[in-house]
Formats: sequence, C-alpha cells, structure tokens
Amino acid sequence: MSLLEIKNLHVTVGGQEILKGIDLTVNAGEVHSIMGPNGSGKSTLAQVLARRDAYTVTEGSITLDGKDLLAMKPEEAACEGVFLAFQYPVEIPGIGNTYFLRSALNAQRKHRGLDEMDAMDFLPLFREKLRLLEMDDKLMNRSLNEGFSGGEKKRNEILQMAVLEPRLAILDETDSGLDIDALRIVANGVNSLRSPDRAMVVVTHYQRLLNYIVPDFVHVLVDGRIVLSGGKELALELEEKGYAWTEAETVGVRA
Amino acid sequence: MSTDMNVVHELASREYEWGFVTDIEEDRIPKGLSEDVIRMISAKKHEPEFMLEWRLKAYRHWASLEKSGAEPKWANVKFPPIDYQDIAYYSAPKQKKQLNSLEELDPEILRTYEKLGIPLAEQKLLANVAVDAVFDSVSVATTFKAKLAEAGVIFCSFSEAVKNHPELVKKYLGSVVPHTDNFYAALNAAVFSDGSFVYVPKGVRCPMELSTYFRINAAETGQFERTLIVADEGAYVSYLEGCTAPVRDENQLHAAVVELVALDNAQIRYSTVQNWYPGDKNGKGGIYNFVTKRGKCAGRNSKISWTQVETGSAITWKYPSCILQGDNSVGEFYSVALTNNWQQADTGTKMIHLGKNTRSTIVSKGISAGHGQNTYRGQVKILKGAQGARNYTQCDSLLIGDKCGAHTFPYIEVKNSSARMEHEAATSKIGEDQLFYLQQRGLKTEDAVSMIVNGFCKQVFRELPMEFAVEAQKLLSVSLEGSVG
Repeated sequence: MSLLEIKNLHVTVGGQEILKGIDLTVNAGEVHSIMGPNGSGKSTLAQVLARRDAYTVTEGSITLDGKDLLAMKPEEAACEGVFLAFQYPVEIPGIGNTYFLRSALNAQRKHRGLDEMDAMDFLPLFREKLRLLEMDDKLMNRSLNEGFSGGEKKRNEILQMAVLEPRLAILDETDSGLDIDALRIVANGVNSLRSPDRAMVVVTHYQRLLNYIVPDFVHVLVDGRIVLSGGKELALELEEKGYAWTEAETVGVRA
Repeated sequence: MSTDMNVVHELASREYEWGFVTDIEEDRIPKGLSEDVIRMISAKKHEPEFMLEWRLKAYRHWASLEKSGAEPKWANVKFPPIDYQDIAYYSAPKQKKQLNSLEELDPEILRTYEKLGIPLAEQKLLANVAVDAVFDSVSVATTFKAKLAEAGVIFCSFSEAVKNHPELVKKYLGSVVPHTDNFYAALNAAVFSDGSFVYVPKGVRCPMELSTYFRINAAETGQFERTLIVADEGAYVSYLEGCTAPVRDENQLHAAVVELVALDNAQIRYSTVQNWYPGDKNGKGGIYNFVTKRGKCAGRNSKISWTQVETGSAITWKYPSCILQGDNSVGEFYSVALTNNWQQADTGTKMIHLGKNTRSTIVSKGISAGHGQNTYRGQVKILKGAQGARNYTQCDSLLIGDKCGAHTFPYIEVKNSSARMEHEAATSKIGEDQLFYLQQRGLKTEDAVSMIVNGFCKQVFRELPMEFAVEAQKLLSVSLEGSVG
C-alpha cells in the first residue's frame, strides 16, 4: 500500500477551483518535489494535505496508509504522521518553544498509545535535534517563533519535524527567505531525516533547494494540474527552460 | 467560517459550570435601605458606637448621591438601573447543608474541582463536607492561627477586628478609601457585612501567604465585604483573595472595598482570582462586581502590588489603585480580564504619584470572547512634587471571534517635567493561522486556544504566587474550554 495516494483531487477556495484533478502516489522512502509557477496551487495542495479547512474538496480522495485523510481533522492528521513545514510559520507569544514542542509530541504519543514524555526525558532529545539544526540552546527559552529571523523560523520548522518524526513531511517553500548557509543547514537537517519509513513532499518554486534535497521524483504543477512528472533531471530542465516551456509541452501533448 | 473558528465560538459560549444551588438558611432583614436598616445591621453585629457613626455618615452621603443621581455612568458598561430599595442588605453567614462525604456531592462539581486542581481538603471545605480528623479544617485553621499569632500577625474577620482591635480599625478604616470616595464605596461603608482584617507589625515578614480560605468563619462573607490590610514599617505580607472554586451568589450587586496601607519599607502583595457567576450565555443574570480597591504607599520605600485575574461577573467595574505618597515607593498592577458571552469589564488602575522617585508599572491583558466587551481604563497622575517619577504601562488585548470588543482609555496627567512615562498597547486576534499551526502539530483546538491565551497572560501569571498561578491558568483554560469532565 502506498503511504500517500491522491486521486482526482479537486479543491476550491472561495468558490474558485484551484486544484483541478490531481493524481499522485507517494511511497514510503520517497522524496517527491512539486514545482510550479506562482499561483499554480502548490501551497493549496500542501495545506489540503495538512487538512486546513479553508479549502473545500469537491471531488476526489486522499488516503494515508489506506486511511481516509479527508475525514481527519488537522490534529488527527498530525497524529497520524502528517507534518507541514509552513511557508510562513506564525509567532505565538508567551508559549515557550520547549514547552510547545513537548506538548505537541505528547499529544501525538498519546494518540499512538505511548506514554507521555516528561521534561527530563525530552530535553536530551531536544538538545540533540538542536545540534542537528545548528541552533542556539537559547532558543529553548524563547517564545514560539517570537522575534525569530526568517531563517530561524524555517530552521525551527525542521527542528520540530526532527522531534516529531512524521510519516509524511510536507515542506512548503522551505527555501524561501533562506540565505545559502541557512539553506545548507536546513537541507542537511531534512536529509538526515530521510528514511525508508518516511516520505517527503517538497514544494518549491525554485530548483535551488533541489540541489541540496535531491528528489526521487519531480512533478510540475500548472494551473491546478500536474502537467509533467519525471526524475530529478526534470528540475534542471525546468530551471533552464522556465515554466512556460511546460505549458507549451502540455499544449503539445493535448494537441 | 471554518469549523475551527466554530469550535472557538462554541468554547466562547460555554455555560457557567459552577452554578449549583445549595439549601441556604438565612437570617435576613427586610429589603430596602434606610438609617434604621443601618442601625439594625450595626446592632446585629454588636458594633461599638464609632462604627455606627461611621456607617451613618456614609449612608447619609450615599443617600445624597443617590438622590442627585450621582451613580457613576462613565464606565463603558451597560446595565438596567439598580433599585437599591429592592436589595436585602443583611444576611447572616449562610449555613450550607452539611454533607457527610464528598460522594454526596454532584459528580460534575467534583470534576470541576479536580480539573481546577483544588486539594481534597479544600474541596471538602468548599462543599461543606464534615471533615475527618486528619483534614479537620478547624484544626488546620487553628494551626495557622497559632503560627500567625506567634509572629504577631493579626488576621481575622472585620467584625472580630472591630471587637478586638478597635484602635487599629479606627485609625485606618477609610483612610485610603474614604466613605465619600464614590457611590459604591459609600454604599459599602454604610452596609458592609464583614470582610478581612490584617495587621502585620513592624519588621515582621508574614510567615505564610494569607488566604481567606484558611479563615473559615469569613468564607461566606456577603456581597458587601470590606478588607483592610496594614503593613507596618518593614513588614511584608502576601494576601490571596477569592478562590477559583464555584461561587454562585443569588444576589446581583457585589460592592466591596479593599484598603491597603504600607508604611516605611513595607510591602504588600495582593492577588485576586475572581470567578463570580457571569450570567448565562444569553447574558441573563450574573454578578455586578463594582469594587473599589486602593492601596496607599504611605511610607518611604514601600511597595504595593496588585495582581488580578478576573474571569467571572456579568459586569466588572474595578480599578485597584496605588497612591504613591512615600518617596521611592513602588506601585504595580498586573491584570488579566476575560470577558465571554455577554460579560462586560471596565477595569484598570490608577497610579497617583505624590512622592519623589516613585515608580509604577501597569501590565493589563484583556481577553474578549463571544460578545464580551473588555475595557482597560487607567490613570497615571504625576503630581508636582513627584520629582523623578516613572511609569511604565502596557495594555494588550486579545480578541477571540468577531463579535467581541476591546477598548482602551489611558489617562495621563503629568505636572512634573522630570517624569518619565512609557506606554505600549497592542491588540491581536487569535487567528486561524495560529490555531492551525498548533493543531498541525497535533494539539486539539481546545488545547490550542488555551495555550495561546495562557501565553498571552504569561507576564501576569508570573506575578502570582506559584500555586495561585497554576490555578489561575487552569481556570482560564476551563473558562474557555467549557465542558467539564
């Protein structure tokens, strides 16, 4: 059984159709990249997978390990192993980073029938992951994303992912706003989390990130449809020829 | 609207979970207010002449105010006129029906207690369960009393203080909130039933947090209570008022007065967690909480800190204030006010700087949910002689949903050019973005909301004594979570 199976997914936002029939199969151990021009529906797909309900699914299905993902609330999807690294992580004052992450981990552990982790057990794990992301220990005492730079926020997303160890990680434009050093650190973090049990969907506008996180498959999303799929070399071709090329190709295919 | 926000609205429109009714036997005098009623109250309490005189003076002042329609109307709250002749002004300490064990208590109430983390002994006390030898409330209280007496601290009901320490009462009663202060303060001075009295002698650090809980005989003070706390030179006391437990009062008007006096180098911390009945989700019923609280930093280097967590009452009208008279004295006000459903709160503080180098800090956090209206009203006054005075004010509002309101009225009056003032204000809304973020990490909507709200209030909770802070945090979560058990 595939880890993630999307069939004929149609999604509208405010009455306007954004996704117009997406089919995508992702197996455990695979890294898929979704590329596409602005407004093509990449982020919508990411948000729908994380069960944000501002989006209306009008047709199609999504299953996660065979379970109906569309029937799940966001927190249920999270507990079933769906993790979204946000394009714009929010700031929440007064909630400590450590406390928040431990609460989240425990909510998920509880869901899976595991014992909650106390602070003493959690700290070593947290410290280890901080080192992986080359983050300052001081961040532990700060509020969630409050006063973080753009790069720190993105790193914090991957830190959370490293602690929560999801089955399906969706990275939404994780490279945006990162300088080259931060990009390398984030990519290292992500790469270290690649595993035969875990799948990743990397949503990005630019090919740059894919030099660091090398995907197994690349899909090109244009106007709510996947118009091209291929291996990692497709990303390079895109970089060279631009998205207009894929549109021409699609037209060609249709004609 | 998304379902998340629907959940928020459901949470916001939760019902009061603590509105249980117990059989009450009361010793009441007929409704209405007159000089005769004042005399009757005073006589029933066997008060000395000076108290009766004081009450009568207050009554006459109040009556003249009422006649001239001087009931305050400036607050940003709405309510139908109160008929002051339709209220019974005296009811003796209520006798609750005594239960033999907690098992006789409504399991719902028990669950509320558990959720709030109230210790077993306290639960029994609240529920008026006959307590066993180990948890004998009387002996617990006696033990504390003995310990306090050893330190020379006087902690008793106001009535006892009038009887046993008339000289102290005479000296300080009305010295911070005179009977002429305002409409409700005058009313309270005329009819107050009981309350708490604390005196901490020179150089004594009160050996424990004082809480009304330990003083059983005043656990059921009526709607017009009066508290007077005096910290003599170099003394320190921390006082906890109220309780996170269910309190439902069938009467509507609650007009209390609290006076604090801090002499040279003395410090008073006064913490409140208020959870009166807020009315139902349609705005019917609930307490009008019209309270006058003021502290006087009379001595040099004295300090008074008010910390309040206000989650109950249909209407809250309350401005715990500091008169910074002594040089180098410090006033602090930390407040969390939550209005839900149709609750209204007009609350804040006054910091009156008289002495040199006086400092004040104001941190106010207003949370509005449902149709709640939350107003911060604060006054900072720097008088001519207050050379080098400083004030820092921060007032933040958090909105949950789109039918509530937050309002801010800061008044600043500076008559000394050396003063330094800082004011920060922010209004934010619990956004779907924040909620979704927390949910995406696996947290339930309810937990996510309470996490955001508690984060917002952190600055204030930090000021509460440890145990109280935990209770306050739970109370806030329960208030928003709604469903108990």
